Amino acid sequence: MARNKTFPDFDTAVADIPDGAVIAIGGFAGPGTPYNLIAALARHGAKRLTCIANTTGGAHKPRMPDIGMLVENGQVAKVICAFTAATRASDVIPFTKYYEAGEVEAEIVPQGTLAERLRAAGAGIPAFYTPTAVGTELAEGRETREINGRRYLLEYALPVDYAFIRAARADAAGNLRFHRSQRNFNPLMAMAAKTTIVEVEEDILPPGAIDADDVHTPGLVVHRLIRVPPPPLGLWTRKREAAR
Amino acid sequence: MSWTRMQMAERLVQEFQDGWVVNLGVGMPTMIADVPMGDRDIIFHAENGVIGYGAVCAPGTEDLNLVNAGGQNVVLNPGASIVHHADSFALIRGGRMDVTVMGAYEVSANGDFANWKLKGAKGGGIGGAMDLAACAQRVFIMLEHRTRDGASRLLPRCSLPITAAGVVTLVVTDLGLFAPMGEGFALRDLAPGVTLEEVRAATACPIIA
Repeated sequence: MARNKTFPDFDTAVADIPDGAVIAIGGFAGPGTPYNLIAALARHGAKRLTCIANTTGGAHKPRMPDIGMLVENGQVAKVICAFTAATRASDVIPFTKYYEAGEVEAEIVPQGTLAERLRAAGAGIPAFYTPTAVGTELAEGRETREINGRRYLLEYALPVDYAFIRAARADAAGNLRFHRSQRNFNPLMAMAAKTTIVEVEEDILPPGAIDADDVHTPGLVVHRLIRVPPPPLGLWTRKREAAR
Repeated sequence: MSWTRMQMAERLVQEFQDGWVVNLGVGMPTMIADVPMGDRDIIFHAENGVIGYGAVCAPGTEDLNLVNAGGQNVVLNPGASIVHHADSFALIRGGRMDVTVMGAYEVSANGDFANWKLKGAKGGGIGGAMDLAACAQRVFIMLEHRTRDGASRLLPRCSLPITAAGVVTLVVTDLGLFAPMGEGFALRDLAPGVTLEEVRAATACPIIA
């Protein structure tokens, strides 16, 4: 009988996160973002965190829990993201003010390189070469190598202590299914993390209720499951509008 | 007289060939999914792993868990599929994108372009642009020919930090369609009512007509 990985609430699920932890947070433009876990981490108060995600958030309304809020809370030492400014240059995201003031460190990483660095960490690959960013300021002073006549940039794996992700469906053994573009970084972050915490949109099913052929992310890399309560108690993906 | 943004999108779409896989970036390029493709079979890829999406959803019909690269709720066309981010970018790096269409601040005659960082900014927004620019079979750029201050966005060399070097295939602006040729841009098409002299006056490097 598989162990039941269900936790009673979000605060219990994040209670052991220490100061200095490396936390990967899934989601892309809304779908798959673990809003409830981010909110629980803000309540928990762990500090000197490194946060890995596509963006720090906050460019749209209604504003949902995001890394920018953890930064505003004084909890974040560093972010590793594909955006350290808004997608549109004319927008201003909350993170930018703290970054420009030197209160938080940031490493900007091309999105595909970010995904592959997470994938590599989960796959036991320490580093890889990619053509992305060759010839740009991101490659300055870094190791490149010519392979079969093309120049590539060395990139290192990005291991993670905790992954926060969101799935549509889970069984109690931690097997996950994502709905539509909710998948994005989530399976990679689960693979890269020592501990994966998942907020689940549907009632958590008994083991076996998801056919083995239909599993997107295996329960092997999933440790804690929390069912998202209906609104207003739980936070759900909303239609987005530009914040300005 | 010049092309509107929608007419710029329509002009680029004329270059698409039947069977192409097309990646659309954030901003102006998202309009391309709304242009009729006629009898051409075009597959739209979004960097977040959505393969085979279509138009933006009518209000009230959205699936909030389905977005394109710009975060718009879109429909799936028949035959669509969804993969995770690492597979999505494996398709990009693996050369499966026939073209990527992106917006930019600047594009230069040597085929460089800049679209991730403004002058003097500490932060930037790369998203998937560097992966796409380095690895797609073709890179099409959509941008206004001039800044609000009237300065040319088509330059001998980019002044901003570049996204990729020597990759741009075609550039559409409100004034015309251009191809970078090293020291200048070849004029491929003029917007109606725009003269070659006007284009030359608006451009900071040679226009080869």
